[in-house]
Amino acid sequence: MTIKGKAYVAGVFEHPTRKADDKSLAQLHAEVAKGALADAGLAKDDVDGYFCAGDAPGLGPLSMADYMGLKLRHMDTTETGGSSYVIHVAHAAEAIALGKCNVALITLAGRPRAEGMATGTVPRAPVAAAPDAPFEYPFGPTVANQYAMAAMRHMYQYGTTSAQLAWIKVAASQHAQHNPHALLREVVTVEEVINSPMISDPLHRLDCCVITDGGGAIVVAKPEIAKSLKRPLVKVLGAGEAPKHQMGGKIDLTYSGAVWSGPTAFAEAGVTHADIKYVSIYDSFTITVLITLEDLGFCPKGQGGKLVADGNLISGVGKLPFNTDGGGLCNNHPANRGGLTKVVEAVRQLRGEAHPKVQVRNCDVALAHGTGGSLGTRHGSATLILDRE
Amino acid sequence: MSTTERKYPAPMVNPEIKPFFDATAQGTLMLKKCVACGQTHHYPRAICPFCASERTEWVTASGRGTIYSYSVMRRVPVPYAIGYVTLEEGVTMMTNIVDCDLDAIRIGQRVKVVFKPTEGGPPVPMFTPA
Repeated sequence: MTIKGKAYVAGVFEHPTRKADDKSLAQLHAEVAKGALADAGLAKDDVDGYFCAGDAPGLGPLSMADYMGLKLRHMDTTETGGSSYVIHVAHAAEAIALGKCNVALITLAGRPRAEGMATGTVPRAPVAAAPDAPFEYPFGPTVANQYAMAAMRHMYQYGTTSAQLAWIKVAASQHAQHNPHALLREVVTVEEVINSPMISDPLHRLDCCVITDGGGAIVVAKPEIAKSLKRPLVKVLGAGEAPKHQMGGKIDLTYSGAVWSGPTAFAEAGVTHADIKYVSIYDSFTITVLITLEDLGFCPKGQGGKLVADGNLISGVGKLPFNTDGGGLCNNHPANRGGLTKVVEAVRQLRGEAHPKVQVRNCDVALAHGTGGSLGTRHGSATLILDRE
Repeated sequence: MSTTERKYPAPMVNPEIKPFFDATAQGTLMLKKCVACGQTHHYPRAICPFCASERTEWVTASGRGTIYSYSVMRRVPVPYAIGYVTLEEGVTMMTNIVDCDLDAIRIGQRVKVVFKPTEGGPPVPMFTPA
């Protein structure tokens, strides 16, 4: 049993807002749902499967089905932080393959910026009864200093440099200059990244992603429905998912769960790295991209610094164009969860609908990858491979 | 730079882990070791995360280790060093590196446990250069 070819991404939408002072959370979810359905050419009543994660208000699918007036026969609330929505596409394909639904809607929305959330630099109150919390929370773990520990160890073990990490932000900024919706459109240099204020050693301010409001949605449909629509056909080829954690204290911060989710996705898709024309890589921090690319096998372990340097991730310049919307580092990181927008830009690339300045030529196979949670403690890795039919 | 001005939030103690924090109050670092498979783990659990045996027991740790990784949080009123320390017993635990020059901390550095008071809770294990 495989999901290969069993489902298509029929519609995608990224909310244009980056600060939503005047909207409610449920409203943002409904707006992105409407946008993705309009993109697909489908109507609300076509939806019979709904997927959401921890960002959805109230009781998730119950509250949102009520708010949007959905009649459903399939629900999925897989919650792996920012990677949830990459997993949702795969789970939607599974449900469609099994006949559990025909049209699956995935939504993400949030307003951390309107709410003034210090996303990366203040420890988040532990989830009730989290078993790890008594052994972590007293020590002031923040998103930034957890990822920073992964970066510090990678530098120690493999000689990775701040300049190499900076190239990831430079590439993202080169792309973001062409995205009118991007929060940060200014092109930056390696020096500017390294000279930006230190947040948590060795991560500078410009190694960190943006904080934005908004969201996005994805519509996944069964083949017969997708082929009846007027949009370019983007097919699900393969997917993989895996948690990585502290392994009872056998901690190794130099790799991510992509070492497991990646090979699973490549095997199911039946493609090799040479077939991948474009990658969307979750970029909560620059280090996230570097470690993920190594773990997905785009270079040997420890060689990520060389892979990302010298513009190799810039579309039209390098060999591995990534995050051509500007990614989380420059464009958008709605609800502090960047997985959904990774799928959206991969679909734009496969359709040939990316900005002409960043559109990858003959982009027929693309990969989207999410890392939700923390590289420094526990996270969910999700890899999705799509192609243009 | 001193970290003594920083206040540490209290750990939320539950019955499964109460012995750990009873021990920290006595100035002792405890780990959980599995009688069935012989492996030590952290954070402590009733059921071994390696072999799923319920035959886990508390053992006293040496309190000595080396810094596996760390990061000094700079964008806060009082900078502090979060870190992972690999104990002589083989497990690696999250902690703070304290009572030292934050700019002199290095991966591989030898450290020893110290116990720091929390706000209204039991002390927690932190590490300082040995």
